[in-house]
Amino acid sequence: MEGLDRIIRGHAFFAGLDEDFVKLVTGCSKNVRFEAGQYLFREGGPADEFFLLREGRVALELAAPGKGAISILTASEGEVVGFSWLVPPNRWVYDGRATGLVRAISIDGACLRNKCEADHDLGYEMMKRVVAIVIKRLHDTRLQSLDVYNVHA
Amino acid sequence: MLDLAANSNSNAAADPMVPRVVRVTKRRKDAPDVVTLEMEMKDGFDFVPGQFNMLTAFGVGEVAISISGDPVKRNRLVHTIRDVGPVSGALTRLQPGQSLGLRGPFGIGWPVAEAAGRDVIIFAGGLGLAPLRPAIYRVLGERKRFGKVALLYGTRTPGDILFQRELESWRRTLDATVEITVDRGTPEWHGHVGVVTNLVKYAEFDPKTALAMVCGPEVMMRFGAAALRAAGMPDTNIYLSMERNMKCAVGFCGHCQFGPVFVCKDGPVFTFDRLREILTVKEL
Repeated sequence: MEGLDRIIRGHAFFAGLDEDFVKLVTGCSKNVRFEAGQYLFREGGPADEFFLLREGRVALELAAPGKGAISILTASEGEVVGFSWLVPPNRWVYDGRATGLVRAISIDGACLRNKCEADHDLGYEMMKRVVAIVIKRLHDTRLQSLDVYNVHA
Repeated sequence: MLDLAANSNSNAAADPMVPRVVRVTKRRKDAPDVVTLEMEMKDGFDFVPGQFNMLTAFGVGEVAISISGDPVKRNRLVHTIRDVGPVSGALTRLQPGQSLGLRGPFGIGWPVAEAAGRDVIIFAGGLGLAPLRPAIYRVLGERKRFGKVALLYGTRTPGDILFQRELESWRRTLDATVEITVDRGTPEWHGHVGVVTNLVKYAEFDPKTALAMVCGPEVMMRFGAAALRAAGMPDTNIYLSMERNMKCAVGFCGHCQFGPVFVCKDGPVFTFDRLREILTVKEL
């Protein structure tokens, strides 16, 4: 089986990460697999991990009365889902559902938080990487909120 | 093989300002507010992918509409029209047997001939898929002439996806990438959800030589071009199709002036290097 450290080193989220940090992150990680329709996490549940996607697609969904589950974002191979582990109250805000077979690395949030507290260089590295994704998603969400395809708006 | 470099116009009236009368032969509803009309052209109608016609709804007015059919099918002129105002609304309500006025074709189209031998990215947003469809027909119809081909399409919701049957057929093409995303998913939708620029990562292309054709709402094109630039493509290889209020369509009236260019005769297709600075000028 492919070593976790090699997978983590090769994932876009951790590209270029210092080898010592790779070891620290690997110590908090495990391989996970979800079948189509399985939930990686559910709204309101404890957000004690996040996922590096290796294969497949995850839909972030919000249930709306009378409309069912509305998919607001999908993330695929090479992307990351889940940032609620970083900030209190550490609860998932959306459902995360596998739209097909998903292979991922699950990283224990409490474990990594503790290591980031103990080593602020690691914490800063993590923050830089997370913030870049959060900014991109904020930017994308702004574009989506413009509703540019709706010519009748 | 169609000579896509030739801006031929064998059927245009002698006076480009005089419309001729053509009859609708088929009508298909593609989305709640989008209709595709077909007109049988007995003497043929030559155009280049990306060109447009001026269509008249009699008693209402005239509007510029891109051609959305296959250029090699010379006897079948196809337009896909969204109901966004009185003229386009009247055109979408036309039924087989009814008539409309036609002037054209006009403008500079997509650089399909220049794309030969290179990777091609076709990047569409919303109704922007319609003006790109003639280019898609030619690229996939003459597939061996081109390198890797990717069609990236973004739209509002799954219900707004145009040309669904054709997209499914293009997706089955073994040597082309077809990726679709929507801004808002539904419980039945299992595809991508998110902005269309996120699809660039699924396209395989040589950024130094690939050619991209981008069409959609202007904001989408700006960010689409930026995503292609970020992937390493030079501005001169990114083509955008602009939309402005066209009246004469031959560069006389100035209604479609966009900074230093007239969209009707200098475009509607331009390379991004010609547009980059003026796209963000609010006054234009």
